[in-house]
Amino acid sequence: MPRRVFRSGPLSNPAALAIRDSDTERETMTLRLTTFLRALAALLVLAGPAMAQDSPGPLRIEITDGVIEPLPFAVPTFVARNAAAEGLAQDITRVIAADLANTGLFREIPQEAHVARIGSFDAPVQFSDWKAINAQALITGSVLAEGDGRIVVQFRLYDVFSEAPLGDGLQFAGTAEGWRRMAHKVADAAYSRITGEDPYFDSRVTFVSELGPKDARQKRIGVMDYDGANVTYLTSSDAIVLAPRFSPDGSRIIYTGYESGFPRVTVIDVATLQKTTVGGVDQNMSFAPRFSPDGGRVVYSAEVSGNTDLYVLDLASGQTSRLTDAPSIETAPSFSPDGTRIVFESDRSGAPQLYIMPARGGEGQRISFGEGRYGTPVWSPKGDYIAFTKQNAGRFHIGVMRTDGSEERLLTGAFLDEGPTWAPNGRVVMFTRETSGATGAPALYTVDITGRNLQRAATPAAASDPSWGPLLR
Amino acid sequence: MKTTAIILMAALALGGCGNRLGGGAGAGAGGYDPYGTGAGAGGYVPGGPGDPTSVAYFQQSIGDRVLFAVDQSTLSPEGQTILAGQAQWLNANPGYTALIEGHADEQGTREYNLALGGRRANAARDYLISQGVAASRLRTISYGKERPLQICSTEACYSQNRRAVTVLAAGAGV
Repeated sequence: MPRRVFRSGPLSNPAALAIRDSDTERETMTLRLTTFLRALAALLVLAGPAMAQDSPGPLRIEITDGVIEPLPFAVPTFVARNAAAEGLAQDITRVIAADLANTGLFREIPQEAHVARIGSFDAPVQFSDWKAINAQALITGSVLAEGDGRIVVQFRLYDVFSEAPLGDGLQFAGTAEGWRRMAHKVADAAYSRITGEDPYFDSRVTFVSELGPKDARQKRIGVMDYDGANVTYLTSSDAIVLAPRFSPDGSRIIYTGYESGFPRVTVIDVATLQKTTVGGVDQNMSFAPRFSPDGGRVVYSAEVSGNTDLYVLDLASGQTSRLTDAPSIETAPSFSPDGTRIVFESDRSGAPQLYIMPARGGEGQRISFGEGRYGTPVWSPKGDYIAFTKQNAGRFHIGVMRTDGSEERLLTGAFLDEGPTWAPNGRVVMFTRETSGATGAPALYTVDITGRNLQRAATPAAASDPSWGPLLR
Repeated sequence: MKTTAIILMAALALGGCGNRLGGGAGAGAGGYDPYGTGAGAGGYVPGGPGDPTSVAYFQQSIGDRVLFAVDQSTLSPEGQTILAGQAQWLNANPGYTALIEGHADEQGTREYNLALGGRRANAARDYLISQGVAASRLRTISYGKERPLQICSTEACYSQNRRAVTVLAAGAGV
């Protein structure tokens, strides 16, 4: 029996177990959803140019100029199994719908258009009711509020036109405060089953929250759910803080901070808020840190007498090794997911370009050859792409390229876009977009790696330097 | 007696700068003028801009900053002249140390600009050392594009933001 068991985590401890749906255990992939999946896969793999696909049958997936027709889904309000669960059932349902719709791959059929209600989670689904409104995916669920402050969320995903469940039902149990995480887990399961991609909704983002005028901006490090909910701040705005990045397990954040008056690489524990300065020497500036995929090493830049090079620090031993030794600027390093290589930015050719070198240092191989300047390379968690910032002809772009530099694709273009970070599934990037002029301010945006679905992320104030954390457990 | 007063007033002036969250550079050009330039023009006031041993004199008459071309950290002839004047002043006023702030305009990525600011601050530092200022009296810091002086998004502002600013502090060298 296929089971999906999410290990309990520190936040809300949601645990999941599979609900047995039928005697035939299966991950049903119907023809229609498979067609959707294939089209999506093609879209995610291929570059932007117009693609057309003949799609027979009622699903009618049309891909034109990289635009995919979003898959219509219905998510009737989850059934409250007791009175105490009513509000939560509503809230959870809305978060699930928002997660899916915001991907641009799905379109919610509004509840006003539904012709049927789901009165009981266990009653058989009348598929004709959902076919009638052309829902192709149907998500049903229930919420039980237990007396001890814990809640239980159950859900099932159906392929309406084949009249069959898509995968097993799931049950999550956790605290009521963690209800958003349970909603994200439901949406993640639906997203993964339909697209074939790894989930990413149940994740957090660290960023820099910005207040005040452009010449005296006050910055502090924030952490929020990927969708902008549950914002908390980890630092005061007494000192400049830049470019926070999560450790691979999400328990620590590393950033460049001016707390001592000078820029230093600093680690902050997300739970205890305890800060530790790591790497670099007192009189020198150390910055642009990033964790290795195992969390045991930190690669960063240090400036000595005006010259910036890359160093790696082993956190357990405190041993630092120098990775580059050139009179040029070497900065913005990022490990490959297997930890064996580092992509970075260097102006050794006269202008900033992207290079890859072994994680122990050594010859750098240049991978960016297009027009303009390239910076802030970040290796995708899937290993397939490198996201970057490109500056050309007075504009900034976020782009992706293969790790050998081929298939460069610009996803955005604006006055000032910079600093991409990858969703845990490597299919969406978030970045900073700053507007121009005296009142210019930064905000966070997301775009998927096809260049589709550009969206502004919700933050309470101006925000910059996002770093997407891991999928929560 | 006089020296004590000057150092005291310099310290006060720097205190004002310090409140700008590292934007000390902004103070001079932004019109911060605690002792009044009018007084300096009218007559000699210790610590005022007319006092050649004052911080105000250093900022206004010698010039506390040098500007850079886009993406460059090479000193212009004008920049060298200003730094030569700074060196002369520092050599004549050994009771001060200096922190040289390097800055970049907003047309660049954050971390690259930090490194670029570091280059600029060090170009100024190296020049001061070449003019006889003891290295132990000079420190550098980069603010990258974090502390622009001018906030418009055109070259008129960018050219003022690509700078290295020498910020004085009273005290012995490190």
